[in-house]
Amino acid sequence: MHLTALPVLLPFLGAVIVLIPWFNKRIAQQRLVAQLFLLGTLAVSIVLFTQTMGEGAQGYAMGEWEAPFGIFLIADPLAGFMLILAAVLALASHLYACGGDDQTGKFFHPLFLFQLMGINGAFLTADAFNLFVFFEILLIASYSLLIHGGGKERTRAAQHYVLYNLIGSAFFLIALAVLYRAYGTLSIPDMAARSSSLPEESLPLAKAGGLLLMAVFGIKAALLPLHFWLPRTYSSTSIPVAALFAIMTKVGVYSLWRVHGTVFGDDAGAVANLGKDALMWLSGATVIIGSVGVLASQSLRWLIANLIIVSVGTLLMTVAIGTVAATAAGIYYALHSTFMSGAFFLVAGLLIMQRGQAGDRLVRSRPLRYPRISGALFAIVAMAMIGLPPFSGFTGKIFVLQSALKSGDAFWVWPLMLIAGLVAMVALSRAGTTLFWRTQGAVPQDAEYRISGLHIAAAGILVGMSIVLVVFAGPLTEWSLRAAQDMHTGVSVMQLNGGESK
Amino acid sequence: MELIYSVTVGVMVTCSIFLMLRGHTFSVVLGLTLMSYAVNLFLFASGGLALNQPAILAEGASYADPLPQALVLTAIVIGFAMTAFALILAIRARADLGNDNVDGRAEVGDVLSNKGQTVEQNGSVREHPEPSSGGKL
Repeated sequence: MHLTALPVLLPFLGAVIVLIPWFNKRIAQQRLVAQLFLLGTLAVSIVLFTQTMGEGAQGYAMGEWEAPFGIFLIADPLAGFMLILAAVLALASHLYACGGDDQTGKFFHPLFLFQLMGINGAFLTADAFNLFVFFEILLIASYSLLIHGGGKERTRAAQHYVLYNLIGSAFFLIALAVLYRAYGTLSIPDMAARSSSLPEESLPLAKAGGLLLMAVFGIKAALLPLHFWLPRTYSSTSIPVAALFAIMTKVGVYSLWRVHGTVFGDDAGAVANLGKDALMWLSGATVIIGSVGVLASQSLRWLIANLIIVSVGTLLMTVAIGTVAATAAGIYYALHSTFMSGAFFLVAGLLIMQRGQAGDRLVRSRPLRYPRISGALFAIVAMAMIGLPPFSGFTGKIFVLQSALKSGDAFWVWPLMLIAGLVAMVALSRAGTTLFWRTQGAVPQDAEYRISGLHIAAAGILVGMSIVLVVFAGPLTEWSLRAAQDMHTGVSVMQLNGGESK
Repeated sequence: MELIYSVTVGVMVTCSIFLMLRGHTFSVVLGLTLMSYAVNLFLFASGGLALNQPAILAEGASYADPLPQALVLTAIVIGFAMTAFALILAIRARADLGNDNVDGRAEVGDVLSNKGQTVEQNGSVREHPEPSSGGKL
């Protein structure tokens, strides 16, 4: 019954435990405790997901205050999906960090766990202001994680990222204030219930607030004119942090689903489908600008960051289409693209460690020390990212294309997605050719390579998720369809109070 | 009262946007601080402005909405922490990058912290705006 709160509480508890002074010099124990808590979070997320699939959404009243006055956590199948996604990604990137990246700065483990706490909280909360609070938790942890390890590039990127997000937070608050004035509540189910019967004079406020909120989520999701922070941030930070950040953009998309899918959904009366037209244009443009960035990238990490922008654009297209089938396709695509972006960063990390001075720049350098394993991982993740069969990118793209065909949006979704796939194929074949075949000199034999089994295992887990997503594509599509239906229906205030055991 | 209140918020937002658009971290952080003040005031007003009203429930129908006050309290705490972090980061950036420009690249007239010189010697700097080495002067 308290299960719903555990995905937030477990990482928090873990972070606090790791902060105990006894752990200060004991890095092995820190790693162990953090891993245990991450495993625990994953287990809880899976149990929660199966429960929500069986019994529907689970509400959890903080302090047993009844809806709509109390602040609720709601776990529905969509939140369950995202929790599992976050937990697996965090587990793998943390495993990678245990290979040595966690020792380049202080407090890596507590910050990592706090970050996961913020992400999980954002997935679970049912209150718009609480969403803001969890956003701030994940942001402040990400600010510190971003500059973990130090260095000029990181400091510069962090400065832009922090200042930009602080302005974003200010606008988040403005949007919430406007919406509170219009609705008289900030509980998302309550707002959704009131949307259809808003008084005439509140409509302009509701629209302004809703659009402002869309812009704020657009910052997090990297929607077109607001995406400029992403490439520099992702390409300058350390590898495990970049892999974990792969889920940050999905937090923005998830919030759009959660807030704009219900409060401004189809049944919202005068504010129904608010900003959908703008989102349609902007998501398409995001795919285009991301593809241009993919072609122009000079280093592998920059390339991956631009591929993330393309995948976010694709996801936002499904939000813009807005049907249940599109949301279901979007959920599957979100799973695929998050795992693959994270996996790609970890694979890039393996390559960087083997290439010495060349790093991840796409230039001629010495041959790789471990060409087979790195090559296999790179090939799988690149094919998945492009959308070639038999990996998850293929099925994910098929679902999105199908949903666009059904809703009559194929004329703008299909060309954009297919061309983006082609562009990704061109860029990734070029990158792969340079990284693996354009070599000179002998294979280095010196011991400067720090690749350990942990690094390869971590990358292997995430790359393997691509195969898992294909093998279980059948049940996963059913579940995501169910999750999309539940998300569009929303949870009513009555359900929350009835479903809460006292 | 609504007029004074809204003008106050508006002027503060204007000043903060002006400051945030400047190129040096100190002005930007100052702008952010002003912005968070303005946002807090705005948030406070979202419950409606009421004079001499009881805080929660009392005899009679009207009362001052307590929820925005709670929200503002949370926002103040978070805003304070974030501003502190932005300041520390700005100091770190000045140490790491050698100047306090938001892009980390020194401009004409900037005082460089690591050598105490300005990027204006010989008057020739006007010709080539900045070294490509990212502030490493």
